[in-house]
Amino acid sequence: MKNTSVKHPFPYLPRLFRWLLLSLLAGLLVFPVLMMTANSLMGARELKEAYGVILENQTGSISVRLLPRYPTLQPYVELLLDSPDFFVMFWNSCRQVLPILLGQVLMGMPAAWAFARYEFPGRKPLFLLYMVLMVMPFQVTMVSTYLVLSRLSILDTHQAIWLPAVFSTFPVFIMEKFFRSIPESLIEAARVDGAGALKLFWYMGLPLGAPGVMSSLILNFLEYWNSMEAPMTFLKTKSLLPLSLYLPEITTDQVSVSFAASVIMMLPAVLGFLWGQEYLQQGIVASGLKE
Amino acid sequence: MKHQTRTAYLLLLPSLLGTAVFVLLPFLDVIRRSFYQAVGGAFVGLSNYRQVLENEAFRQALSHTARFLAVCLPLLLILSFLLAVLVYHLPKARSFFEAVFLLPMAIPVASVVVFWRLTFHSQGILNQLLALAGIGGQDWMNTEASFWVLVFSYIWKNLGYDMVLWIAGLSQIPKEQYEAAQVSGAGPLRCFLSITLPQMKSSVSMISVLSFVNAFRVFREAYLIAGSYPHNSIYMLQHLFNNWFTKLDIQKMTAAAVMLAAVISLLLLALVLHPGSSQE
Repeated sequence: MKNTSVKHPFPYLPRLFRWLLLSLLAGLLVFPVLMMTANSLMGARELKEAYGVILENQTGSISVRLLPRYPTLQPYVELLLDSPDFFVMFWNSCRQVLPILLGQVLMGMPAAWAFARYEFPGRKPLFLLYMVLMVMPFQVTMVSTYLVLSRLSILDTHQAIWLPAVFSTFPVFIMEKFFRSIPESLIEAARVDGAGALKLFWYMGLPLGAPGVMSSLILNFLEYWNSMEAPMTFLKTKSLLPLSLYLPEITTDQVSVSFAASVIMMLPAVLGFLWGQEYLQQGIVASGLKE
Repeated sequence: MKHQTRTAYLLLLPSLLGTAVFVLLPFLDVIRRSFYQAVGGAFVGLSNYRQVLENEAFRQALSHTARFLAVCLPLLLILSFLLAVLVYHLPKARSFFEAVFLLPMAIPVASVVVFWRLTFHSQGILNQLLALAGIGGQDWMNTEASFWVLVFSYIWKNLGYDMVLWIAGLSQIPKEQYEAAQVSGAGPLRCFLSITLPQMKSSVSMISVLSFVNAFRVFREAYLIAGSYPHNSIYMLQHLFNNWFTKLDIQKMTAAAVMLAAVISLLLLALVLHPGSSQE
């Protein structure tokens, strides 16, 4: 996209100043991530020296350092070899997030296709209902979800987390936007060639709407990898908790590995982000609430 | 035509069924329960609603939530819009800055909790920096200041998201309008005020609603940094719901959930059904 013809609205801010401002802000936003990563290479003793006051209630004052003086991989080794709990929680996170993503695509894709490419009585009110459900915060559906889960007697299991999330209407909304943007002429051409409903979906909808599926996947991955409300409400057994709830505990009990553990939790999200940034942005734009 | 309808509903069936079982029917049950006593099951009319509205904790939590929203939403919207304008006009570095500003959105809350704790502790990073500048620090998490910590973390997380939405709005303005204005002698500021701003109207309401919805997620930061009972100034509706839930106060929760659902539905319907918002 070229926007050379649109002049900048703030010509009074010198170019250099604009760059400086943006870079400063960017630095501020990324700083926590950079510092966490750098500090994850600090050995136990250096960590104590630097942040013992806060993390272990010692006396004295903290000494912030951006780079460790004696970089070591020891915290990672310790985390990977001596913290079986960490693996369990990491695995729990995976077991809760992956079924959600898979289920959302399987259930949501046909629904999104129906909303996008079919005219049927009840389409408008139903879609509106889906939009309303999509913006409801967790607190609204907390009790109702609890009631179902207890009736199905799956409280305090992995299913309690992923089963309701599969039927979130957000993925449907996102994918619908992408399916709808497929030009009607393409669909019409396929229809003239004699393609049935199933073929249309399979050969036109799927390949052309794939970016929508990707967008929904990345947005929901980031959301559920970070999810806390549902696990803390519907899980009691500690060994079922996902990483997002367990990590804060590590950071108080095992200070020496707290930075390393944080970085490992961040890693899938950051990799997903880097891999799917294009889709993420498209997805955010699609989440704009316009019918 | 009939055939079309059947196919559509067949495609919708799995999703509709799941939504009905997991959301709609149980929520209808919650609405029903909100008019009954939890123990004994007697019909009590609106008394549960009255109890909630007269509840001191609810009033406080509501006012803290309202205050949080009243501060955060305008701040976030203005900041992200300015940022969007700055970034949108960068010819080459635009996608770089978009990525950088979006990154916080991807970072799980739990994995930066240590950082927030180090920063906002009474002997933490922020206070050290302030001391260097000769300003006395404070205990950020256990005073009124915790409110601003939460505001900061909300903006940190949502700035990029809102910026991307604004940029999408900006890029929908036809370039010809600017060209025409420039030909007739309008300066850049004039173009901004008379072309850009007026066409951001539909974006404003849409981004406000999305930011409002996202604001409920600050509970994660608040909970991880300060626990179930944080400093009073950030004790919000989310905390209240959470604590009612642990006490199994289902009766109050049902009424409160119905009211919250009603408010949010009305907000969304106002946005979507508003005349002029449907024309794309």
